[in-house]
Amino acid sequence: MSEKKTKRRDFLFTATYAVGAVGVGATIWPMIDQMNPDASVKALASTEVDVSAVDPGKTITVLWRGKPVFIRRRTQDEIAEARSVKLEDLKHPEKDEDRAANPEWLVMLGVCTHLGCVPLDQKGDYNGWFCPCHGSHYDTSGRIRKGPAPTNMEIPKYEFVDANIIKIG
Amino acid sequence: MKIFYRIILLVFLIIITPIHSNSAEKIEYLKTDWSFKGLFGKFDRSSLQRGYQVYTEVCSSCHSMKYLSYRNLAEKGGPEFSLEQAKAIAASFEVKDGPNADGEMFTRPGRLSDKFVMPYDNVKAAQAANGGAYPPDMSVLVKARGGGVDYIYSLLQGYEDPPTGVTLDDGVYYNKYMYGNKIKMANQLSDGLIEYSDGTNATVEQMSKDVTTFLMWAAEPHLEARHRMGFKAIIYLIILTVLVYFSMKKIWSRIETEV
Amino acid sequence: MSDHEYTPKSKVGKWFNDRLPLLTLANHLTDYPTPKNLNYWWTFGGILTFCLLTQIVTGLVLAMHYIAHADMAFDSVEHIMRDVNYGWLIRYIHANGASMFFLAVYIHIFRSLFYGSYKAPREVIWIIGIIIYLLMMAAAFMGYVLPWGQMSFWGATVITNLFSAIPLVGEGIVTWLWGGYSVDNPTLTRFFTLHYLIPFLILGLVVLHIWALHVPGNNNPVGIDIKKPSKDTVPFHPYIVIKDGFALLMFMIVFAFFVFYTPNILGHADNYIEADPLVTPAHIVPEWYLLPFYAILRSVPDKLLGVVAMLSAILILAVLPWLDTSKIRSAVFRPLYRQFYWILVVDVLILGYVGAMPAEGLYLLIARIATAYYFLHFLVILPVLGLKEKTLPIPLSITEPVLGGSPNLAAAKNKESFKN
Repeated sequence: MSEKKTKRRDFLFTATYAVGAVGVGATIWPMIDQMNPDASVKALASTEVDVSAVDPGKTITVLWRGKPVFIRRRTQDEIAEARSVKLEDLKHPEKDEDRAANPEWLVMLGVCTHLGCVPLDQKGDYNGWFCPCHGSHYDTSGRIRKGPAPTNMEIPKYEFVDANIIKIG
Repeated sequence: MKIFYRIILLVFLIIITPIHSNSAEKIEYLKTDWSFKGLFGKFDRSSLQRGYQVYTEVCSSCHSMKYLSYRNLAEKGGPEFSLEQAKAIAASFEVKDGPNADGEMFTRPGRLSDKFVMPYDNVKAAQAANGGAYPPDMSVLVKARGGGVDYIYSLLQGYEDPPTGVTLDDGVYYNKYMYGNKIKMANQLSDGLIEYSDGTNATVEQMSKDVTTFLMWAAEPHLEARHRMGFKAIIYLIILTVLVYFSMKKIWSRIETEV
Repeated sequence: MSDHEYTPKSKVGKWFNDRLPLLTLANHLTDYPTPKNLNYWWTFGGILTFCLLTQIVTGLVLAMHYIAHADMAFDSVEHIMRDVNYGWLIRYIHANGASMFFLAVYIHIFRSLFYGSYKAPREVIWIIGIIIYLLMMAAAFMGYVLPWGQMSFWGATVITNLFSAIPLVGEGIVTWLWGGYSVDNPTLTRFFTLHYLIPFLILGLVVLHIWALHVPGNNNPVGIDIKKPSKDTVPFHPYIVIKDGFALLMFMIVFAFFVFYTPNILGHADNYIEADPLVTPAHIVPEWYLLPFYAILRSVPDKLLGVVAMLSAILILAVLPWLDTSKIRSAVFRPLYRQFYWILVVDVLILGYVGAMPAEGLYLLIARIATAYYFLHFLVILPVLGLKEKTLPIPLSITEPVLGGSPNLAAAKNKESFKN
């Protein structure tokens, strides 16, 4: 068999393998993508919460996308404490002003950034939250101060529809 | 091998013949051009939008569509209302929600994620309000009827005075396309019954076609994606088959005898 | 099992292979000597493996979204069709895949009937195949119940009621199958469990089926025994792999056409109506692949005997290797058998056709004649034919022309090669 012939044959086999591999890939993708959130889950985007009954110093917890959201009406002391902290002292530096646009209201995903437990309210060394699972301490702005959690608790997208209604998502 | 083909042909004829004679006994459905048929079939957007209007203004007072959500109206491959239009449509319905913090159920304007509001709370309520006949849910109605779209399209235009000798009970109507000819739904459509927002003349035929198109989409919302993907898949398979065929010839050429 | 000793080239390979001879197995499978004259009817074994794996993979995916509860099953199927990413595609592949699976298995069975692949020394392959076929029917039937539409519900009711034909204990068995006094939620959940289990049983049996095949090796269109490896054989890889692959792709084009362009044509419209225990659909028929047996069931006017006839129609296949007395395997050399073979094919197609028609009048008469012929073929024609038929001379090798050897000579040669 001449060299030329061998080459052409090789090309044919390579092309067949390549086209076959593309097909296998294209077939596998739907089987993987089906496990992603489906259209009905994606559509459940927002929740509206009436916070008129929440007094200063109290927290309510609401469910959003299957996770707890803490809505805390902070006292003046807590706000002052949160705003006085120097950014250098923080493991994950974020200003309280950026976390709570309206200082009285802290709206935060109540999920410890370590491994996903729900921290306890008004516990820990920083008067904020304390996660009982592995001992992470959060301050009154929900920022990580001590313990294994890598980042501050997440602030979801939310807005005040009016003075009493918060729309999360 | 020849005898094999001859026999296959024979069998095919045996099977086909009675099927044909059977269907000849059935009534021929009214025919119309459906844009969604065929290898590249797509829905006619404006027809879908008009069909939705017919559904809301005429059918929805009795027939539910419990598997559809308002968000579907803005999705690709459907009526493709704009997101704002779909939100406005959703908000025009009162949706029952709850319980709230006091444990009470309450109503609020609909959102995109809500399912189509049902005319009755449950099947029993629907039966009670319709003289014992349950107006079927229309989400998959087209797929749940043997004749499919042609049947629904014909049924909507098939109301007639009963032939002599046929007596109808109260609340029963004569329809030449209905199985057994007796139907508990009165004729709903009449020329000019609704005013299409796009100015199309609302004849019975037009409304039947539009609402049937809408029902087809409702039953098969991914039809367009399916047709697109199917075309690509089959082209791909043909290319690969050709490649594999030549690879096979090459490989088998190493053996002296023919394949 | 191995035809020659195999030692992996690499040290790691050898180390591993000494502890678990997977490489020896892989070598056996790739080098497996296959008759080189296999035609395309032999590619359906590979196609069936593809069908089984497709059903298992898509079924696994569907089970992630499906809810086996009488109140939610129908809704969850609609959820799959509408909201789950590519859910419509996966469900349509699974639903049409069942039909394609049966299409392929029928071709596979009739290939075996034509070329006498069920005869000695391949009886065990054949019997395992029949068991696989029975399990396929069970899996298909239970799978059809899961969407919980009208046909699901009434199909389940009718088929489970077959057991009530058993004298004395029948009623008790039916109640036990249902887990209640009618087909209901307990029935659905147990059907789902079994529907999930059976494919893996089939997979295990397929391994045995192939193992049993690799002991004597493939039959071939000429139906004579061949030496392996020899001039008459080719290694499985790449020769048979590429040929199977080509046939599989042709099959997939047909499959894709059903999935993408007529996904509901093989189903029943009534199954898009949610199950209603108060109303039976006007015309209730099983899926097309069960129709011939359904016709046999209905052609017998007695309840118990009907069930017995239907079961016998399948079980009779298990003893086929002993009913067929002919020494010659391939129908190519059996001119009379070949004609009866095609009559049987037509008979089964007729049974399938009348199975879909109402059981009355002319249809019922045709069904009865076809049923009688079906049993006649296996119980009378085959045994007698094997003894009386004058067969054509068969070649001694698939590469050499006919040497004028008489069938008896060849049979003697067959016996010899068994001893070797």
